[in-house]
Amino acid sequence: MGHIVIDPVTRIEGHLKIEAMVENGEVKETESSGALFRGLELILQGRDPRDAQRLTQRICGVCPTSHSIAAALNLDSAFGIADKIPDNGRIIRNLILGSAHIADHVLHFYHLAALDYVDITKVARYEGSSPVLNSIKRFIQRGELGPFFPRYEGDYRLPAEVDQQMVAHYVEALTMRRKAHEMLSIFGGKMPHNMGIVPGGVTAVPTIDKIASFLWRLNELRDFIDNVYLPDVLTVAEVYSDYFEIGKGCGNLLSYGSYELDGKEADLTKRQRSFKQGTISTDLKPGKLDPDKISEEVKHSWYASSSTGRNPARGETTADRGKKGAYSWIKSLRYDGEVYEAGPLARLLVTYACGEPTVKGLVASTLAKFKASPSALFSVLGRHAARALETKFIADSMPGWLLQLKPGEPVCISCTIPEEAQGMGLIEAARGALGHWMEIKESKIANYQVVTPTSWNGSPKDDKNQPGPIEQAITGTKIRDEKNPFEIVRIVRSFDPCLACAVHLVTPKGRSLGEFRVS
Amino acid sequence: MVRQSLTEEFPVIWLQGAGCTGCSVSVLNSASPSIKNVLIDEVIPGKHINLRFHSTIMAGAGDTGIEVLRETHHQKKGSYILVVEGAIPTAQGGIHCVIGEEGGKAASVASRLKSLGSDALAVIALGTCAAFGGIPAASPNPTQCLSVEEALKAVRIATPVINIPGCPPHPDWFIGTLASILLFGLPKPEDLDEHRRPKAFFGALIHENCPRRAYYDEGKFAKKLGDPGCLYELGCKGPVTYADCPLRHWNNGVNWCIGSSSPCIGCCEPGFPDLVSPFYEKMTQA
Repeated sequence: MGHIVIDPVTRIEGHLKIEAMVENGEVKETESSGALFRGLELILQGRDPRDAQRLTQRICGVCPTSHSIAAALNLDSAFGIADKIPDNGRIIRNLILGSAHIADHVLHFYHLAALDYVDITKVARYEGSSPVLNSIKRFIQRGELGPFFPRYEGDYRLPAEVDQQMVAHYVEALTMRRKAHEMLSIFGGKMPHNMGIVPGGVTAVPTIDKIASFLWRLNELRDFIDNVYLPDVLTVAEVYSDYFEIGKGCGNLLSYGSYELDGKEADLTKRQRSFKQGTISTDLKPGKLDPDKISEEVKHSWYASSSTGRNPARGETTADRGKKGAYSWIKSLRYDGEVYEAGPLARLLVTYACGEPTVKGLVASTLAKFKASPSALFSVLGRHAARALETKFIADSMPGWLLQLKPGEPVCISCTIPEEAQGMGLIEAARGALGHWMEIKESKIANYQVVTPTSWNGSPKDDKNQPGPIEQAITGTKIRDEKNPFEIVRIVRSFDPCLACAVHLVTPKGRSLGEFRVS
Repeated sequence: MVRQSLTEEFPVIWLQGAGCTGCSVSVLNSASPSIKNVLIDEVIPGKHINLRFHSTIMAGAGDTGIEVLRETHHQKKGSYILVVEGAIPTAQGGIHCVIGEEGGKAASVASRLKSLGSDALAVIALGTCAAFGGIPAASPNPTQCLSVEEALKAVRIATPVINIPGCPPHPDWFIGTLASILLFGLPKPEDLDEHRRPKAFFGALIHENCPRRAYYDEGKFAKKLGDPGCLYELGCKGPVTYADCPLRHWNNGVNWCIGSSSPCIGCCEPGFPDLVSPFYEKMTQA
């Protein structure tokens, strides 16, 4: 009976520990544990509601834009202006989010995931004339190989030339994600932690030079997505095709939808969006999403059990680090009491099942290439493929949005802070379904709750002892070599976990966090 | 076969405390030198930054990674640079931020800082959370976060600390400081201000170099977001914030906060966020 502990899991965002019990070479049980807690919701209490939009970005520096938009939608709805955002503001928000999406997915495939499949040492044998590859060859010869060594050994399968090419693309991708952030800054001011998005719209004014500059930076990125990123994902999928059968997960997916296409609808469950809102399972029949069915369970989380099962809008918890049976700072997010996965795969399939023609075409052509059925998408490679396909979908949608901008027209509507109000903002972050909820009392934040995609995916067992999506995806996997558990890390990384996001606490009355024993 | 290298190696350990990884992402955005130049090439001829441990991009995981920390600590005593991103939680033994295990027990980032900080050549506290406590230390500071300097003082470690605040910090501020260490050694006391920030980057107020200063001087203030004019009445903290943003701009010169018509939120200052909040309310005293 083996016991594999990976702490810290690297090449993710934040602090995560994975423990797997292995018997006869197969994982019998898995525990996913979030290891950082900051208490952002407690910090937000009593503050000016508008500040929430700046502060919640700091939940995560990899995906701050998602929080900035979810918070803006939350505030818009609380301030009663959700149907009054000027079109320029709505469109610029989409362009900022889209830029961040592109950067995040390029970063994820190349700089977080690829080193599980790509062997940098093959560049030591490179004999060509590429300056980049020759500089890496010299780096290898100098002998100090951090951060690329040490690493797991024994399962790098790409042929040498393909491998060398992928290493060159890893370097090119560093530039591309940087350029996506530069593109974002045209309207966002700076990145990470953009300033352009505010409640009521955006601050950045679109002028024709900014529009033209954005367009041509976008075209360069689209070229990279079509000719480098997508083909590389397919190359890895061909060589590591057993990973279409690994990491299936819970088989239920949900998407909150995002990219507002219509500025006149106050209710975001009815609003027209690029990515559709809904649920879907392996049967591929889309279901309507009801935000009231979202609940947080804490049986295996380090919080007092008394408030388990609540909807985030009424969330209330107290930390309890010494609690028996608990093993994570992440709460178990559940929908209708069941385990659901969030992410690019979820929103791609919901949008596909809703009949969106471009997405249907992208998914169908990819499955045809592998002669696979849609069930193959519920896997490690399915998640990577979904991420790449949606990057293309978003990037190809952006020029149309950009050219709808009207220089000279308003970008923002003024807002007044109400004495009492409730708000909700639901969008799709790069990593999946992201929700912000707020209660305002006496014009200040009384309660602010954030539920992130990794709260869904990285969640521990719930009150019914149902393991979370990452735990389910790992359990049942055969491990070839317990000292080099490639299978486990490849599965975890396919979810693109973001732990800074995943861990939250609220104590509305400012009670102390409670005592616990440090073992 | 490894040929004898004439390159001078500067080992770097990068620890992440109670933070958001934004500082790392910002450093990845360095335009020239690019992050590839910093990690792969001799960023200064004859000298190489050897990034041995960085949880977000390193190849190894779990014990493989922790072993790198131990080896670097022991083999490179006194010569490795420790970069810390994020604040240091200290409530209840620091259990709110854990990186791997030591002796079978969860190892807090506070304990890692104490152990690795004591034998580092220097500690760079990167970002406002590490430099001053920042976001997780904001009232009511639920996990009793300390800045890196406070955390080291509390355990009487005298390793020199350089603060590079910002939320996030501009990549040039970090890369520039590293390059300076490689070329000229550790900064002299007169190179740093009273908050141990390099004067080269934090020597002047935003307000002193702001392109909208003429509006301020003439009393032409924007009344609502999106309007032209000085942003002071919309909450701009430029008059109390030391940073060279108006000169350097952000993201390879594309734009910057005030350039996108957004008031500065004072993110480089020790008082961020509490003393510069509310962000959209005018300061009552400049």
